[in-house]
Amino acid sequence: MKAAVLTFPGSNCDADLLWAVQEIAGQEAALVSANTEDLTGFDLVLVPGGFSYGDYLRSGAIAKFAPVMGALKTFAANGGYVLGICNGFQILTEAGLLPGALQVNTSLEFICEPEPLIVANHQTAFSNQYAAGQTISLPIAHGEGNYYADPETLASIEAHQQVVFRYAENPNGSLNDIAGLTNEAGNVLGMMPHPERAVEALLGGTDGLGVFESLIAATKGAVHVAN
Amino acid sequence: MLQTEPTPEQIRDQKPYLQLGLTEAEYALFTKRLGRLPNYTEVGLQSGMWSEHCAYKYSKPILKTFWTKNERVLMGPGEGAGVIAIGEGKAVVFKAESHNHPSAVEPYEGAATGIGGIIRDIFSIGAKPVASLDSLAFGTRFDAHNQNLIDQVVAGIGGYGNAIGIPTVGGEIQFDASYQDNPLVNAMCVGVMDEKDIQRGQAAGVGNAIIYVGAKTGRDGINGASFASAQFSKEEDADRSAVQVGDPFMEKLLTDACLAVTQKHQKALVGMQDMGAAGLVSSSAEMASKAGFGMTLDLDLIPQREPGMTPFEIMLSESQERMLLCIRTGFEQEILDLFAGYDLDAVVCGRVEAGHQYRLLHHGAVVCDIPVGLLTDAVPTYTTTPKQPARLAHPAPDFTPTITDIDQTLRALLALPNIASKRSLFKRYDAQVQTNTVIAPGGDAGVIRVRGTHRALAMTADSNGRLLALDPEIGGAITVAEAARNLVATGAEPLGITDCLNYGDPSKPEVYYELQASAKGIVEATKVFNTPVISGNVSLYNETSGVGIHPTPMIGMVGLITDLDAITTVAFKQAGDVVFLVGATGDDYNGSSIQYLQNGAYAGRLTGFDLTQEKAIQDKMLKAIQAHLVNACHDLADGGLAAALVEMGTANRLGIKGSTALSAAQFFAETQGRFLAAVPPAQQAAFAAQMGKDAVVLGTVSDGEFVLDLADAKLDTTIADLAAIQEEALAWQLK
Repeated sequence: MKAAVLTFPGSNCDADLLWAVQEIAGQEAALVSANTEDLTGFDLVLVPGGFSYGDYLRSGAIAKFAPVMGALKTFAANGGYVLGICNGFQILTEAGLLPGALQVNTSLEFICEPEPLIVANHQTAFSNQYAAGQTISLPIAHGEGNYYADPETLASIEAHQQVVFRYAENPNGSLNDIAGLTNEAGNVLGMMPHPERAVEALLGGTDGLGVFESLIAATKGAVHVAN
Repeated sequence: MLQTEPTPEQIRDQKPYLQLGLTEAEYALFTKRLGRLPNYTEVGLQSGMWSEHCAYKYSKPILKTFWTKNERVLMGPGEGAGVIAIGEGKAVVFKAESHNHPSAVEPYEGAATGIGGIIRDIFSIGAKPVASLDSLAFGTRFDAHNQNLIDQVVAGIGGYGNAIGIPTVGGEIQFDASYQDNPLVNAMCVGVMDEKDIQRGQAAGVGNAIIYVGAKTGRDGINGASFASAQFSKEEDADRSAVQVGDPFMEKLLTDACLAVTQKHQKALVGMQDMGAAGLVSSSAEMASKAGFGMTLDLDLIPQREPGMTPFEIMLSESQERMLLCIRTGFEQEILDLFAGYDLDAVVCGRVEAGHQYRLLHHGAVVCDIPVGLLTDAVPTYTTTPKQPARLAHPAPDFTPTITDIDQTLRALLALPNIASKRSLFKRYDAQVQTNTVIAPGGDAGVIRVRGTHRALAMTADSNGRLLALDPEIGGAITVAEAARNLVATGAEPLGITDCLNYGDPSKPEVYYELQASAKGIVEATKVFNTPVISGNVSLYNETSGVGIHPTPMIGMVGLITDLDAITTVAFKQAGDVVFLVGATGDDYNGSSIQYLQNGAYAGRLTGFDLTQEKAIQDKMLKAIQAHLVNACHDLADGGLAAALVEMGTANRLGIKGSTALSAAQFFAETQGRFLAAVPPAQQAAFAAQMGKDAVVLGTVSDGEFVLDLADAKLDTTIADLAAIQEEALAWQLK
C-alpha cells in the first residue's frame, strides 16, 4: 500500500500519521504538500488532524480551497481510498466529499480523552479487521466534533450503513453518536477519533491499528468490502 | 508623525521616564554614561532593557547563588533556554516563563502568548518543542471573576498549545487565597535536539545580515516588560494595551521554518533569538552585545502592521511570533527564500557593525546611537537589606488534627480544590499530539519517549507557596525535593531544573528576605539531587494594592528514563498486589491540607523534612522501579497517605484492604520523603529486601473495597464512592 499524507499549513498530525503508516504498519508513505495538484500513484490519501490555515474562520473552511483539493476529488471519484481524521474529517465535509458538518462540542470546550467506540459497520475498507459491534478505545482531541446532518441526510446515511464508528458515551453531542462515517460509495471515511494515536502499547493502546490493517487488506483486495 | 515626542530637555525636566518604570538615579546614570541627554527613543529602549523583566536588577544577586553546572549541562542560564545531554547524541532543552501580569489583565491572550513565548525560546536553540507543562495558581474564592479567569487561562493555554501541536503533558493547578488578585501562569516547554545543532543568540561578523521574520510589528504589548515589572493597583485598569495577541498558526510556520534553518542551513546561520520581552530592542541588543559587536537597524524596513509607528513603538512592541536571525553575508537570499516557502514575511533589516555602537535609522535620520553595553550591561543591581517577616519569627503552635469520623474527614479532604482531580480542566489540552506521550496529565509526572532512542523524558512543574509562606528556606528545598519525587515515581532520574521565581515587591525587606531564604533552600536541594538550574525567569511585583503573593518559586524539573519497560504509573494495576508505604510518617501537620480543612488556614513551622533522608529514600525507590519490582508508584504530597491511596485507586477502581500502626491523624500527615508502591506478590520479598526498614506493608490491592484498620479508627468504604468525590468535586465547585 502506498499512502499520501497531505500536509496543509497548520496540519499537526501529519507526522504522526506518517509514523503510524510507515514505522508501525510498515507501509510506503510520503508527506504531500497541499499545494500539489497530482495524487496519481497512491492507493490511499490521508487527510491529517491539526488546524489547517489556522482554522480561524471555521474548521476546514479555508483548506477546501487548497490546490490539492481538485486532485483529491478526482482521486475519490475514481474510487481511491481517502481517510480524514479530526481536522481531516472537517475538511472532507467542507469539501463535500462527506455529508454533514462538524459543529462546536456541546460543552463548548476542547476535549482530549480516550473514548470508547462501537464498530457500527465492520464491512468497510476501513474497519474490516474489527469484529461486528466490537468496542474499541481511541483518543479524541477536538473542539468541533459535534456531527450534524439534516434529518433527510441522516436517514440516508443510516439506510446506507455509512456509519462506521459510534461513540459509546457521546462526548460532543454528535447526532446518532456518529464518530466516523463513509460516503455512500464507501471509499471515503471521516472520523473525529485518532486511530494513529493508538498504534503502540507504550503509548496506551493499539486499538487504532485495525483501521490501517483494514486499509492494507482492502488495497490488496484481500477482503470483500460491501459498498 | 502623529504624536509629538518630548525633546531631550523636556525629558530631563518633565521626567516622563518615571512612567516608564525608570528611577531618577537610573536616568541620571544612563545620561552620564552616554555623555549627553538621551532622546525619547533612547530613554524608551533604556526603560525596556533596564526593567526587572530584562535586567534582573533585584534578582541578579539572588540568581548568582544558583548552582548551574554539572557534567551533563551543555548550556546553562543566559541563552533562550538551557541544554542538558541525555545520551545517544541527543540533548533536552527546557525553560519556564511566567505570564502572570498579562494573564491577570487578559486571561486568554495572556496565557496563550505565555505558551507562544516559551516555545520560541526552545526552538531558538535549535530544538524541536516536544512537550509543555503549566503551573497555575488561582484564588480560592470562586466568584464570577475568578471562574472566568480560570476558564480563560485554561482556554488560552489549550487554544495555543493544541493548535500549534505541542502536547501538554503535565503541570499543576492550585488554589490559595494568596493568588486571588494575582494569579500565577507559568508555562514550561521542553524540546529535544541533536547535541551538535545547538545554537546561540548572537550577532557576530562585520557586515553579516540581520533578518527579521514572522508577524508584523504592531502597537500591542508596547513596553510590556516594564508593565510586568510594576505592581497592580485596583484603581488603574488602563493596562489592556500592554497585553499581546497570539497567533499559533503563525508560530507553527515559524517553528518549522526556523528548525529548517538550524538543521539544514548551518553554514548561513550565525545566531537566532526570539523577540520576547522588550521585543526588537532586547533581541537585537543582546545578540550584538553577547557577540561583542555593534549593529545598525533600519526601522523603515521592519514589517509594520499599522502606519505611523514611532521608533519607540517599533522597538518596544511585544507583538508575538517574531524572530531575529543573524545570517552570513551572501546567504541572505537562501534564507529569505526558505521563509517565503513557509509564507512568512522576512526582511534584511540591518547589519552587524564593527565596534559597539547600537544605531537605529528611521526615515533617514539616526534616532538612536548608543553603546550597546549601555542597554545590556550597565544596569545597576539592587539589594535590599532583608528583614525576616514577623509571621516567621513567631510561628503558630504545632497543629494536631482531631479525627472523630475518619470517613467524613476523608470525603471532605478529597473535595478540597487542591486535592480533587483537575481532569475537568486539563482534558481541554491536547496531551497526545506528536504521538510520544507515555504518561499524560494526571500522573506524578508527564512522560514522553524520545524518537530515535531507547529513552524517555519525565517532567513536572511544582510549586508550594503555602509551605514557603511558613518557611521560605525549608519550603524552597521541599519544592525541589517534591519535583524530584514526582520524577522518581515514574522511574526517572532527575536531570535538571528550570524555575520561575514568583514573588512580591523586592524592594520590601520582607519580600527580599523571602527571595534570599528560598533561594538558599533551593540551592542546597539542587546540589543534593544533582539537578542544576539551567534556565528560568523571575516574576516580581506580584502584588495588588500592596499585598503580595506567597513566595512561590515554581520548579520545573526534567528526568531521564533509559529503560522504557520501567516506566511506572500511579494507577493500581491488579488486585492482590502488595501495597507498601515507603518512608517514615511523623506527626507533621503544619501547612497540611488537613490543617486547612479543619482550621481554614495554614500555620506553624515546617517539620518532617530531612534532605539527606529524602534523597536516600528516593534513590532506593528509583532502584526498585528500575529493577522492575513495582507495578505502580505514587509520591505522597498534599493530603498525605489518605489522598495518595485514593489517587492510585481511581483509574481502575481498585481499592485497598489492609491495616497499619498509624493513627487516624497520621493518615492525613504530610511528612515529606514518602511513596506508595504496589508490588506484585512474586516481587514482594525482593522489594522488601531492597527497601529494608524504609518500607512497611500497608495491605493488598482490592477489587473495590477500601478498608484500612488504623491504630485508633477503621475506614470501611469503597473506591467507587471516594473516586466519585475526588473526580467530580472541582467541576462542581467551578460550575
